[in-house]
Amino acid sequence: MGKRTIRVGYAGNYREVEVNTPDAEPAPWDANSKLAVVGKRLPRLEGKDKVTGRAKYTADVKLEGMLIARVLRSPYARATVKSIDLEKARKMPGVKAVIEVDREVRFHGAPVAAVAAETEAQAEDALAAITVEWSVGAHVVDLEEARKPDAPRVQGGKNPNERGNEAQDTATEDACRKALDASHSTIDLTFRTPVVTHSCLESHGSVVRWEADGSLTVWDSTQAVFAVRDGVARAFQLKAEQVRVLKEHMGGGFGSKLGMSQHTVMAAKLAREAKAPVKLLLTRKEEHLAGGNRPSSVQRIRAGADKDGKLTCLWLESHGTGGVAGGAWCAGPLASLYACPTRRIWHADVMTNAGAAAAFRAPGHVQGMFALESAIDELAGKLNLDPIEFRKRNDANTLRHSEYGEGAQIAGWEKRAQLRGSAGPGKARGLGVAASIWGGGGGPGPQVRCVISRDGSVEVQCGTQDLGTGTRTILAQVAAEELGLTVNQVRVKLGDTALPFSTGSGGSMTAPSVTPAVRSAAAAALARVIEAVKGSIPGCEATDFAARGGKLESKTAGVSLGWAEACAKISGANVSEQATRSANYQGFRDGTAGCQFAEVEVDLETGHVQVLRIVAVHDCGLVVNPMLAESQICGGIIQGLSYALLEQRVLDNATGRMMNANLSDYRIAGPKEIPDIRVVLFDVANGRTNTGVMGIGEPSIIPTPGAIANAVSHALGKRVTDLPITPDKVLAALGKK
Amino acid sequence: MPADRPDGISRRDFLTVTGALTGAGLLAGKSSAEDGAKGKGPAGLGPEAVGYTLRVNGEDRAVSAEPRATLLDVLRNSLDLTGAKSACDRGECGACTVIVEGRSVYACMMLALQARGKEIRTVEGLSRGDTLHPVQAAFIEHDGYQCGFCTPGQVMSTVALLEKTPSPSPEGIRAGLCGNICRCAAYSGIFEAAAAAAKAK
Ligand code: FES
Ligand code: FES
Repeated sequence: MGKRTIRVGYAGNYREVEVNTPDAEPAPWDANSKLAVVGKRLPRLEGKDKVTGRAKYTADVKLEGMLIARVLRSPYARATVKSIDLEKARKMPGVKAVIEVDREVRFHGAPVAAVAAETEAQAEDALAAITVEWSVGAHVVDLEEARKPDAPRVQGGKNPNERGNEAQDTATEDACRKALDASHSTIDLTFRTPVVTHSCLESHGSVVRWEADGSLTVWDSTQAVFAVRDGVARAFQLKAEQVRVLKEHMGGGFGSKLGMSQHTVMAAKLAREAKAPVKLLLTRKEEHLAGGNRPSSVQRIRAGADKDGKLTCLWLESHGTGGVAGGAWCAGPLASLYACPTRRIWHADVMTNAGAAAAFRAPGHVQGMFALESAIDELAGKLNLDPIEFRKRNDANTLRHSEYGEGAQIAGWEKRAQLRGSAGPGKARGLGVAASIWGGGGGPGPQVRCVISRDGSVEVQCGTQDLGTGTRTILAQVAAEELGLTVNQVRVKLGDTALPFSTGSGGSMTAPSVTPAVRSAAAAALARVIEAVKGSIPGCEATDFAARGGKLESKTAGVSLGWAEACAKISGANVSEQATRSANYQGFRDGTAGCQFAEVEVDLETGHVQVLRIVAVHDCGLVVNPMLAESQICGGIIQGLSYALLEQRVLDNATGRMMNANLSDYRIAGPKEIPDIRVVLFDVANGRTNTGVMGIGEPSIIPTPGAIANAVSHALGKRVTDLPITPDKVLAALGKK
Repeated sequence: MPADRPDGISRRDFLTVTGALTGAGLLAGKSSAEDGAKGKGPAGLGPEAVGYTLRVNGEDRAVSAEPRATLLDVLRNSLDLTGAKSACDRGECGACTVIVEGRSVYACMMLALQARGKEIRTVEGLSRGDTLHPVQAAFIEHDGYQCGFCTPGQVMSTVALLEKTPSPSPEGIRAGLCGNICRCAAYSGIFEAAAAAAKAK
């Protein structure tokens, strides 16, 4: 380890810090670094493939003799298979394999059996030929019903269907009551958020092929090729290296594709029985029922503040359901965003007979921030304080203070009071704000290999994933920067477990975890090229070789070689260096801040809410490619808008079935809902790794629902506490229903 | 067998099968529908595969598919044109958008047999060699995508829109693309790309 002094911080707040960095790593990029390729708005490397239809997704994989699989799923929310007859299905035309999957089902859509046939239509016909004799049990899908002592037990065991009941951080109830009693102003509000599904445009799916040597090749629409590899290996008692998982492109991953899913095992079993490769893609309906979801929440927030606008108490009682599995914890923002002397968090996960939850873009934070920031606005109202001023008084992070300042100016915050009536008759406008908070600093683990060939070609290899986030492109930019090349001179290979190990792409971890290893590997490979060049000059001792502008140069040695010329000095086919991501340094600060402003127009007759504009101010350390970062942020904002206004899984209590398992009744924001979006990337030199890059996928969705809810409340003068904010709720808030 | 198609499939055969599946209302040709209803003549096609040709991207392509196969099925599975994607298979998302006779259609909502004799264009047919169609180039330049799964559909909808309305207003762009969902929500880039492509023409 060596000590290095670097300059970190943000405008008006820079400072020098000393960091301890591994000797093998290049000096960290900091506020003083002048970078040529990093920081450029460059189009994605795979752009041509995506716009021409050449990009291959799991759904597009076609193998010799490949069969198509379909899954028979339970129509009941709770049932036992008494008997199942698969024989007729086996004899159907084209059918090559039929397997039974499960006899106990706990939710509508749980898999029961699966078939593989030559065509999809044949597989569907075969499903229809399977007869099942059911013993239907009692189910419960309603959150509050499930909490009752006499509710049907979802997983057996204790009642009510709760687990993980826990208090945290943590003042006693008595202490909270005292603090609230002593407060100048208090609020006591309950917020509700629905279950929503990821609805990745490409559903979960795998293509599986058993190889002659008993190993397995799996193409999977996944955010984590290595996690799938390990899961499959465990399921079939193989060694990890006997399983290869590939994912060149994927049609969206927002958290539900972070591990091995059941469909992959089903496909592999069918393929084994049929002795042929099998493709199994979930239908849209299956994706809604069994592909994962964001759990619901009911959050009661009691909060108080003193006469100076300082928080005195934050008390959260929450529960929510992630169906048959998965936690519904949503206290992160309330636990971390504001300073508060008395804080209590109590949470329960409630089991219901519905598909299991999965990580979904900023798990818990989206629900939690909506409720917290709604509560904060209400409290600001009671105190007669400007919402931003109130926030600043309780937020120790001065970076976010600066972001509020910048955002407020763009959003026209000072004219907020006049905005309300500016919409004309029958309409009202409102402007709201909410904060973001997230980690995003990444962590150790990923390994990257950089191969520089004699012909000058450069390949960066890493078993990470590009979910559409732009990973491929930013990795190429980082390597190009280090090697003094242009991005088109670097090829990036990813999405394959045959490449060096990398972690799953979740938690906004990929860019901050992988880019430092790319730099280290590129620097190490470059050192080998320099060695080769020096070796070709008798007696050369120069230490000032540098790669820049497509050249390798040394003043002392009087050398200036074109990149190809320099690489021609490599002996053998190439130089290949691998580097591992080291732990984060101390640097500037952990985590990202950020805030968003929403301007809405509400139709007071119909209750329709239109978001007119979002101003989003975010920091994510060094921005490798502003265009791609902006795309990430816009994506987060629109998903947040969709969550705030449109999306909800609707289950029928009587049957336990999902009533809107499609893409028309399950509404997702489309072109007509898209607001004007202004993104401000707040420059922060982070200095916690050699690139200082941080993740932005999740921070961008966290504040949106709260900002929209606050804007609606500003417009109406009444608060809607339940998401999604549909017209009926707006009208109810206005007393029109 | 009275053939009214060069490929030997009579419209009546076609209707006997498809009428039951989709309702004859979807289909043009009222007199044929009546013929089919009489239940005379040859039994309906299928369920086995039948052979016919489709005109795709300016080429006649021989197809063998079950009569119930959708255009999307046939493009993806018989013709290896996997650009158009299936994301809902029921006309709700636009991932499967192709252009038939100059109009953007959901390929998942059309039987392949219905597309016989029609000019079908898919995303694979847009570029000329290495030269991208202006809409494709604009999607790259304006980052009108993230994962790219909806992109072939978005591109085709944009092409169809601009062929009909060369200079759409911002609202016109939204209206023209409102049949295409992008879950990654790359809309800002998509709208910019559409506007830029309109200018570039
Ligand atoms: S797949 Fe055709 S509209 Fe969705
Ligand atoms: S780019 Fe992913 S769905 Fe549109």
